[in-house]
Amino acid sequence: MNVRGAIMIVALLIAGVGILWAGTDGLQVITAEGARRLATQEKPKPLPAVLLTDQRGEAFRLQDFQGSHLLVEFIYTRCVTLCTSLGETFEEVARKLPDGTLGSRVHMVSISFDPRDNTANLKEYGERFEAVPDHWRIARVESEEQLEQLLDTFGITVIPDKWGNFEHNAAVHFVNSQGYLDQIIDHAPPSKTLETLWKRL
Amino acid sequence: MEAAMMLMRRVNLSYGRGYLKTAIGVSLIALLSLPVCRAFLESSLINHMLIQIPLLALAGWMIGKGSFSSLFQQWNERGIPGLLIAVFAMLFWMIPRWLDAALSEPLWEIIKFITVPLLIGIPLGISWPRLSSFSRAVVWSNAISMLVVIGWLYVAAPVRVCNNYLVNQQEAFGYTAMVVSLGISVYWIGVVFFGKWDKAE
Repeated sequence: MNVRGAIMIVALLIAGVGILWAGTDGLQVITAEGARRLATQEKPKPLPAVLLTDQRGEAFRLQDFQGSHLLVEFIYTRCVTLCTSLGETFEEVARKLPDGTLGSRVHMVSISFDPRDNTANLKEYGERFEAVPDHWRIARVESEEQLEQLLDTFGITVIPDKWGNFEHNAAVHFVNSQGYLDQIIDHAPPSKTLETLWKRL
Repeated sequence: MEAAMMLMRRVNLSYGRGYLKTAIGVSLIALLSLPVCRAFLESSLINHMLIQIPLLALAGWMIGKGSFSSLFQQWNERGIPGLLIAVFAMLFWMIPRWLDAALSEPLWEIIKFITVPLLIGIPLGISWPRLSSFSRAVVWSNAISMLVVIGWLYVAAPVRVCNNYLVNQQEAFGYTAMVVSLGISVYWIGVVFFGKWDKAE
């Protein structure tokens, strides 16, 4: 092996490993979902002032909860798999938090990305998980454009399948008291959400 | 059509086979970048990973063989530096995050169309003839084992690795990768038992 060959091989090994290192944020992230979570943690994002409607038909914005901790999930009410476990996570959080915490220091919002969902659907979903509307709002976004904006900010990808269902990335999103999205974690098991919330309170 | 044939023949006659290969490679890239082809080949994980990207690499291989086979060779000791470039580029494009990025961001789609032929196909095309039989055997055996492991991971993984693809596609890709690996193994078993493998090219 000549010198040139050796130099090339060493240089390429260094460059190659460097690129893979950078491409995975130092071997931390290999999926777009992982990248979204890490980016959120490193650089919290302000939320767009999107107009939402809850299960009582009442209009609100995510900014209304500034000053308290906000937990956000993205769902659609016809979903029988992932969204059910998302709902169960919030149900468990609601049950296990000390009295008076939910609705004052902590609020929860489940947002539907399904244009078919109406107020009755949201109400039914909320009742399924015994959601108290003042503490846990099940909401939809009236304007399609604003929904896009919201999904984009949170980094939610929704793909319809051929059976009228959706494939979507599921997680629990934490919005801090200044109104910035700053942490995204797995929704299961629910104890993880409780632990994370506990550390933040 | 006739005019095209005439042109091909003239190119072939006046410039030799190298230019024909280059022309085929360039046309293949042009064909793959047509919106219809892109939409079809990116609609599923299998088409994307096992058809589009390999075809882009093949196009690069043709261009490499056609136009660059004598270039850089003093820097390409036994074909190893070229092989390293191709291996790192392949590893990069196997990170789900960047495959996702190529689907959601036009810039990354362009980067994919440039880097797959340039950094996988061309280096492989100009390095393969210079690789020793031993190096080639290492490449093949790694390809076989890697495809099985990746396939198995995709089938068994409980997480969705690409936000742009459905989970069932992930599973289908896993099985297909294992079948491809099996195909390569069967081919090589055939060569070992029935081929003239001992007479090196």
